[in-house]
Amino acid sequence: MKERIAELEEKARKLRVSIVKTLHKSQSGHTGGSLSAMDMVTALYFYKMRHNPADPGWEGRDRFVLSKGHAAPAQYVALAEAGYFPVEDLMMLRRLGSHLQGHPDSKSTPGVEVPTGSLGQGLSMAVGMALGLRLDGKANRVYALLGDGELQEGQVWEAAMAGGHYRLDNLCAMVDANALQIDGEVAKVMNVAPIADKFRAFGWNALEIDGHNMAAITDSLDMAETVKGKPTVIVAHTVKGKGVSFFENKASYHGVPPSDEELPRALECLGEECKP
Amino acid sequence: MSSMIATRDAYGETLVELGAENADIVALDADLSGSTKTGVFAKKFPERFFNMGIAEANMVGTAAGLAAVGKVPFVSTFAIFAVGRAWEQVRQSVAYPKANVKIVATHGGVTVGEDGGSHQSVEDIAIMRAVPNMTVIVPADGIETKGAIRAAAAYKGPVYVRLGRNKVPTIFPPDHRFEIGKGCEMRGGVDFTFVTTGLMTAPAIAAAELLAQEGISARVVHIGTIKPLDQEIILTAARETGAIVTAEEHSIIGGLGGAVAELLGEEHPVPVKRVGVHDRFGTSGKAEELLKYFGLTSEDLAEAGREVLARKRA
Repeated sequence: MKERIAELEEKARKLRVSIVKTLHKSQSGHTGGSLSAMDMVTALYFYKMRHNPADPGWEGRDRFVLSKGHAAPAQYVALAEAGYFPVEDLMMLRRLGSHLQGHPDSKSTPGVEVPTGSLGQGLSMAVGMALGLRLDGKANRVYALLGDGELQEGQVWEAAMAGGHYRLDNLCAMVDANALQIDGEVAKVMNVAPIADKFRAFGWNALEIDGHNMAAITDSLDMAETVKGKPTVIVAHTVKGKGVSFFENKASYHGVPPSDEELPRALECLGEECKP
Repeated sequence: MSSMIATRDAYGETLVELGAENADIVALDADLSGSTKTGVFAKKFPERFFNMGIAEANMVGTAAGLAAVGKVPFVSTFAIFAVGRAWEQVRQSVAYPKANVKIVATHGGVTVGEDGGSHQSVEDIAIMRAVPNMTVIVPADGIETKGAIRAAAAYKGPVYVRLGRNKVPTIFPPDHRFEIGKGCEMRGGVDFTFVTTGLMTAPAIAAAELLAQEGISARVVHIGTIKPLDQEIILTAARETGAIVTAEEHSIIGGLGGAVAELLGEEHPVPVKRVGVHDRFGTSGKAEELLKYFGLTSEDLAEAGREVLARKRA
């Protein structure tokens, strides 16, 4: 398992490099929240979820909803790495005609289940998927990744209420709690804490972890599968911009891509040599 | 089918029939299943019915998720909540991905009655019409409703069907075939045309009969599908009769009247009079009183016809 964790950590590092290069090329997109989510997205696509890149519609697949849709680069680099589409496509992120839209679009990108981007709507769709899969007696699981600022949207709590009410134990939500949003600290803009307690109040099982500790991430995903009668939320404490020291913990890098000047320094932080 | 039936009752019956034919059909409601008649489906197929409580935004998102795993969800509540409260969810989670979700809202328009303005949707046709990928249907009677619900179930993609609260007269024959996007000539005529939808088609027919006694020959075209609009039947009416009166239990802004005015303005300008609610909210009262209060009776339609005819002849 230690080797496995080391592999996943290296994979996440490599995917962070890919995010930085992709966003540098597009000169548009969400850096901070994509980097903070990368460890969890890596664990989902390369450790936990059953899926088949060669057959994106495979009936046996688990479902993933990136409710914090602006972190699309994190999902896109994982999908590319897994083989859902050519890695070169990443260089066309957000360009007119590209299948890699600014926010996940199920009609254009293989591997994207439902469109997201307008915050607060993904968990509802995940609830619907969980209900439908259970109705069919299937063992597939549904995962949803939310942001902490996103928890300000009331619809999230409607979905939480439904998840608890319908005892959706095939549903696992993760909260990328990087404590920042566009206008600053979440606690100062519109406090959402205590997150885990809120979900518990809605009938969920809640775990809190370090969102950059790969072993903790994989353990919590494993644990979620064992919980019966309740959905699980994994509240992951993360660092916005994780991996690139001068992006870390800065609200200003929410929707700002790396500049020409920043690219080589960012790659160096991530342990990459920057080839000119 | 009896001669007076509420379109929501026709919906409730048809949904159960469809539920028996197709195991993938599921229904969702927001604590109004007794009123919307999804409760009939709920009783028959309890494991396929999901009451989402008074949480319409989540309900629509949940329906989108169910559609994403192969179900055919019918989502119901009152019109103002279904596509008012949850407009953005309809737009983002249903229309944008072309999800196979059918939003069947009841209690559209002012005839909701005593509950008053907060519950009387005069905007829903307009706000659904403006959304890409959305099909918008407003049936006239129980027969057309049955056909529309079946057509919605068979169609692969987002559909909005707007029904009413009260019993309405049956104007279609039992063997009427409903087709999405196809209007129906209900009565021939040459002097001008009533282009109407929902419960306004029956009084338009009555108005035409009234006007016939004055020597005025009014055609009546029922538009059951607001989007995609049957442009041909409307343009033919404009070309052949030279003047149009539209009518809907809805604002004159953005609904059928808006759609017809857009079409004719570009393709074949003729005098148009939009009968509907004049950019104001509803109010409490009895349904029949409210139709009178908002100028939606056959007498009002006949007057609109005379007016548009005068403009045509001027």
